[in-house]
Amino acid sequence: MAWKNRDVVSIDDFSKEDLEALFKKTDEYEHSYPSGILKGKIIGNIFLEYSTRTRVSFEVAAKRLGAEVINLVAEYSSIKKGESLYDTLKMMDIYSDLLVIRSPIEGTARFASDVCKHPVINAGDGYLNHPTQAMIDLYTIRKLKGRLDDLRIGVCGDLRYGRAAVSFMFGVAKYSNKIYAISPAQLSMREDVKNKLTEIGAYFVETNSLEEVLPELDVLYVTRIQKERFPDIAEYEKVKGSYKVDLKTLQNSKRDLIVMHPLPRVDELSYEIDNTPMQAYFKQAELGVYIRMALLSLILVGE
Amino acid sequence: MEEAEMKVAKIRNGTVIDHIPSGKALVVLRLLGLTGKVENTLTIAMNVKSKKLGIKDIIKVENLELDPSLLGSLALIAPMATINVIRDYRVYGKSKVILKDYVEGILKCPNPTCISRQQNEPIVSKFKVIQKTPLKLQCTYCYRYVNENEVIEQLVEGK
Repeated sequence: MAWKNRDVVSIDDFSKEDLEALFKKTDEYEHSYPSGILKGKIIGNIFLEYSTRTRVSFEVAAKRLGAEVINLVAEYSSIKKGESLYDTLKMMDIYSDLLVIRSPIEGTARFASDVCKHPVINAGDGYLNHPTQAMIDLYTIRKLKGRLDDLRIGVCGDLRYGRAAVSFMFGVAKYSNKIYAISPAQLSMREDVKNKLTEIGAYFVETNSLEEVLPELDVLYVTRIQKERFPDIAEYEKVKGSYKVDLKTLQNSKRDLIVMHPLPRVDELSYEIDNTPMQAYFKQAELGVYIRMALLSLILVGE
Repeated sequence: MEEAEMKVAKIRNGTVIDHIPSGKALVVLRLLGLTGKVENTLTIAMNVKSKKLGIKDIIKVENLELDPSLLGSLALIAPMATINVIRDYRVYGKSKVILKDYVEGILKCPNPTCISRQQNEPIVSKFKVIQKTPLKLQCTYCYRYVNENEVIEQLVEGK
């Protein structure tokens, strides 16, 4: 499917061919990029939830290609006066050529794509989707492992409320990989996620023991427990700190294991790993800018 | 008319709701607001043999024709139901409820943080019908599943 003017709501909406086109463009931009290609374009950032990497990297990506960025900050906008999201989207749609939206409400990006005439990129909606993170994660694996197939991938942490973890699993499920979903029972995958993985034809195993599956893994994707999404904080208290990945945890891993994390981290991933060859999370953050540059270019200019 | 239907008396004017899944007649009555408070004569037959369903329930309501806006809700509880409008002992009109692939606007997503639950937003809930029996729907915005009991609970709530 053509990239031009396309909405990015869920990783499910993209075929392997679509992703390959994105990765090729990203390869090209990593080498050199056309700094004025988005001159005259305005990117509207709507972040209704905290963000460091996603918001900043979209802004950097846009600016590197010559676009201007406007940032709507919920606290200082008319949302605080009770203006609806619908009206806010309508306004930003009038002022921008492309909208990037993050929200704590599930389905916001789908709604935004229905409401706006300009393309919408989902920068995370509640516990549901984080498609551009999944694109970055796939690209990082492709870069570091040289392939996207035939890998044993452990996804560890909050698989219930972690949108990055879920989008990542849907992403790697497009290729023939083995997925190990590692989490305490309370944070295991939702029924809809498991059904979707089955529908895609993914091979996945659920376990609560990282130790058991670790020696098999080529990739370990660690995620933070999403405190802000627990309906009951008492439930969060029960599971917080229930897993921690450090050098001791990883002592039986393959020598070429890579450890990924969409960040931010709290206490689930030790700083000890930062300066080892396993560390891939800062690489993800770095490559994120190039993926987002390629995305903006493909959507606003075309292939 | 099937033999089973003859077991309950004919009505002069009103509505016959046939092919209700067995055991669901009382839920249908609540959905239609036909509780003990109404004066209409009601005849209910439950667990009646049926060629189509094996076993079914039937409701006859005298002097009432259904509000068409309730048909979408009725389809969720009794997806095979047929509705016969009776005038002067004759079948004046016959219709079937239709459970479409998507259900829009009738139900509320149980997930409070779903976009379709946000107040002041001009958005209509939308569910994909995953399975008709037992009923299973999925919110098209947040992918939350809704099962038959949750649907019934919502539809008859406060009725």
